[in-house]
Amino acid sequence: MDRIAFLLATGLARGLVIALFALSLVIIWRAARIVNFAQAAMAVVAVFVAFAVTALTDSFWLGLVAALVAGAVVGYAVERWLIRLVPARTPLPGMIVAIGLVMVLQAGIGIAFGPQHRPMAAPFSEQPFTVGGVPVLSPYDLFVLLVALGVVGGLALLFNGTTLGLQMRASAMAPEVSRLLGVRVPRMVTLGWMLSAAVASLAVLLLVPTELGLNAHSGDVLFVHAFTVAVLGGLDSPVGALVGGIVVGVLISLVTGFLGAGLAPIAVLALLTLVLLVRPGGIFAVKEARTA
Amino acid sequence: MRTPTITRAPARTFVAAAGAGALLLSLAACGGADEAVPGVSEDTITIGTHQPLTGPAAAGYSSISAATSAYFDYVNANGGVHGRQIEYIVKDDAYNPANTQTVVRELVQQDDVFAVVNGLGTPTHSSVLDFLNQNEVPDLFVSSGSTAWNDPEEYPYTFGYNADYHVEGSALGQYAADEHAGKSVCVLGQDDDYGETFLEGVQIALGEDGVTTYETYETSNQDVTAQIGAMQSAGCEVVMLATVNGFTALAVGTAAQMGFMPTWMAASAGGDYPTLVEFLGEDVAAQVLQGFTSVNYLPFSPDGEWVELFTEINDEYNGSAAFDGNTVFGMGVGYAFVEALEAAGEDPTRESLVEALESGEVVGNGIVPLAYSAENHSGYDAVGITLVDGGVQDFVGSTYRLEGESVTAIEPEQLPLDGNGIPTAE
Amino acid sequence: MTTPAQRRRAVLVRSAVCTLLAVGATFVLDSYANYQLATIAAIFCATAGLTLLVGLTGQLSLGHAVLMAAGGYGYALTAAPLADAGVEGVLRILGGLLGALLLAGAVGGLLGLAGARLRGPYLAGLTLALVIALPAISTQVPALGGAQGVGVPFEGVPDALGGVVSIEQWHAWVAVLVAALAVTPLALVRSGRSGLRMRAVHDDETAARLAGISPARVKTGAFVAGALAAGLGGGVLAVVTQNVSPGAYDLAFSLLLLVAVVVGGLGSIGGAAVGAVLVVLLPWLIDTAVAAVGLPSELEQRLSGNVAVLVFGALLIAVTVVWPGGLSHALGDRIRSLTTRFRPSRTVPQQLTER
Repeated sequence: MDRIAFLLATGLARGLVIALFALSLVIIWRAARIVNFAQAAMAVVAVFVAFAVTALTDSFWLGLVAALVAGAVVGYAVERWLIRLVPARTPLPGMIVAIGLVMVLQAGIGIAFGPQHRPMAAPFSEQPFTVGGVPVLSPYDLFVLLVALGVVGGLALLFNGTTLGLQMRASAMAPEVSRLLGVRVPRMVTLGWMLSAAVASLAVLLLVPTELGLNAHSGDVLFVHAFTVAVLGGLDSPVGALVGGIVVGVLISLVTGFLGAGLAPIAVLALLTLVLLVRPGGIFAVKEARTA
Repeated sequence: MRTPTITRAPARTFVAAAGAGALLLSLAACGGADEAVPGVSEDTITIGTHQPLTGPAAAGYSSISAATSAYFDYVNANGGVHGRQIEYIVKDDAYNPANTQTVVRELVQQDDVFAVVNGLGTPTHSSVLDFLNQNEVPDLFVSSGSTAWNDPEEYPYTFGYNADYHVEGSALGQYAADEHAGKSVCVLGQDDDYGETFLEGVQIALGEDGVTTYETYETSNQDVTAQIGAMQSAGCEVVMLATVNGFTALAVGTAAQMGFMPTWMAASAGGDYPTLVEFLGEDVAAQVLQGFTSVNYLPFSPDGEWVELFTEINDEYNGSAAFDGNTVFGMGVGYAFVEALEAAGEDPTRESLVEALESGEVVGNGIVPLAYSAENHSGYDAVGITLVDGGVQDFVGSTYRLEGESVTAIEPEQLPLDGNGIPTAE
Repeated sequence: MTTPAQRRRAVLVRSAVCTLLAVGATFVLDSYANYQLATIAAIFCATAGLTLLVGLTGQLSLGHAVLMAAGGYGYALTAAPLADAGVEGVLRILGGLLGALLLAGAVGGLLGLAGARLRGPYLAGLTLALVIALPAISTQVPALGGAQGVGVPFEGVPDALGGVVSIEQWHAWVAVLVAALAVTPLALVRSGRSGLRMRAVHDDETAARLAGISPARVKTGAFVAGALAAGLGGGVLAVVTQNVSPGAYDLAFSLLLLVAVVVGGLGSIGGAAVGAVLVVLLPWLIDTAVAAVGLPSELEQRLSGNVAVLVFGALLIAVTVVWPGGLSHALGDRIRSLTTRFRPSRTVPQQLTER
């Protein structure tokens, strides 16, 4: 029982970061109807900026702000100067360009900074509280939980409760009609990219202190897990991303704990396959169109 | 360009070799522009290696070849070997066996290297063993602790260098039995050949049931909380680590956060103190790594004469790059190769190089002499125990040799630094 | 407009000519270049299938490397027992290739079933997870040998040719012939009715269904066809490199295959060939150039490997944005005349490229 409680707690902690990153994928899907395969690489660039700021000012919080700002800037730059040039009739060219962007960014970072891991210190203690002798969440994990809940709440408010959010969703689902109704569609799309990149940068920033350190490949595994989560939860649903993130985090933790680290990627694949077999659009997906 | 068909049948090999020999002689006699021996010219010897310079595995290993190159630069500045400068071509394979295939073929068929030296990685180098041996390219000092390089029958041109994981595991196991008798021993290993072979080594010393629990980790997942938790609840008092430095840091750091403080004992690939300090930070490292045990077989002692020399070489020829275990390792490999080249004679050929190694003349600069022979291509067969005390990692004196299935405590026979640290022919 | 019979004949003639040219080239190339040719041929098997999959049916598979790996493992697991049983030479190669086809076909069939149900990013995500899981699968299934992989029995030059032909040349021949065997059916499919059905399904699934075409069957068929070809490619690579390991078929490799088909031109077999040549030769050229420039060794270390990836990424972006049809269109008449025979009509390329 102890073992399970411990593994659940660990899984929850890890899953929250995955969920946060998955949320960024949901944002970009809702705002621009694409899956941004370059999300992790863009986030890593922003976190390098944050790292530099923290190194200069010795403050994690300034670094956090820098990550958000840098993320938004990167999102703006990519959307405005790259994505707009891509033919968008089908999602395929967008995905291919994103993959090209990943290669460019990771290679660029590798050339500029080399392969070493740059360790980052967490702002709160990573020593877990013990409940009944079982180590559960640490102050840092609780901080991540608060951030994740905050982002989900904020997003729900934005998309469902504000005009801006409505405009963003409309721009994504029906661009021509929205334009007719006076919505500045290109601006909405850009905003979506900026918001998505900022949230992704936040997720990677929160991940790095728990790992070896920052380097060009920091976001790779996170992206794969987060993509799995986003697909599981349906790319449309922020709640789905949160729940899916926790589920995947817990699954990985339980499998690693009871069956061994080698089975974890297979477990993720199995879960993904199972869900997609039953619900090809993800668990929380809404059917978009009727087919014959 | 046609290469003769390679075959294993001894008679045809002899005929081919004789034919090749006759051809070489005639070419040499003609004094043609063609090099008789690949990679050897009047004033240069060209050798090559494959290393992970990029990709996720690069972080731990990319500095080794730079150190080896620096040592060769030092030797070249002092006249080279038998009047020849050493040219060391380093190719990146990103730890991907498919790339290793390509770059090694480039080295052998395009760059015409004399030998491949210090190819890094078990899965990567395994994929080119057949190619190198079929093409009779000396494959020296493979940079991996796998036991696969010691197979003179199947792979006569391949020589190991590192103390293999059986040697390291059994040494640590025996040390645990000697110094921490009665305590429960667990092993955290990488989920591949490294972890498995190391575990076998520990079991040689402690017996099949000497290990309470064996946990594994995958390099693709940097979260080891579950594994540490399992060992904590199993009550492990000594934890052996068949890890790479990054994961040693993760394991020790995570355990500290969870209030789990066993005696840590790591294999050499995961026991380099300066690298661990980089990962954990000075303060954390000072706390959690006090009493950290590992093994080593090269003269890495911070105040030692070898390190003094290597630091000078590192400053002058390697742009004062960070000095750590990789630097000592890389330069040690360079030293051993220069020794082999000296012994191969004034006009070295690939055969004379292999003969020089099998004759046992090449001893390296380690804690015991390298013991190559016609039957043994394995490399270092003994390691010394190292301890971290007050922020300094050094040998404690206990040294263990593995012979067959038995571990024995021995006295270290560290080669002293002689002259300028460049081996000379006898 | 050409008749189906004319188109078929054109494809077959084209295939025969290319094969003969490639085999002839092996006499002129040195060992390393022959090895590169063999690798290119193996990759061509995979890119030909992938270009049809992505270009004609619009399914983005990020896991094509896994299909090649399946072929490789299938070959290794068949050839090793054959070697133990004393089977030698060409017979063993054929047996191994059969194993490759079976395993790759099985995996491809499963993926195809998934592909039929899943749309765009969901399929991409599934194939991505599959590629990431491959190393774990190879560790958990003992027969697959973990990170070390499985050794492949060495295929020497058969006695009949011994002395006339070198190892690398022989391997290049095997590779080229197998590639011809794998790609010609794909080219025939592409220029025939199946190709038309694929494009119909990609254009508008509902309309296709109304016209009596089953999208699920077409999509699955495309996957299986591509998988069989990729499997043969994987088998060839196993012969040429004597080793199959998961590290050789990782995500980076899958992305490289994607680069090859996009830059070469989606939907174009000739483009797939151009792409295969590109992804094998360009890194080698870049490495040679970087080494020739002679930079300080730390900088050279950082550049090596990274520059090739940077260039490929940039190419991928540039080609998609500027030349959506890929090199097979951008390079104009010379390439066009080579690849025209693969297209039944001249207007079709425009529609393909706008996707």
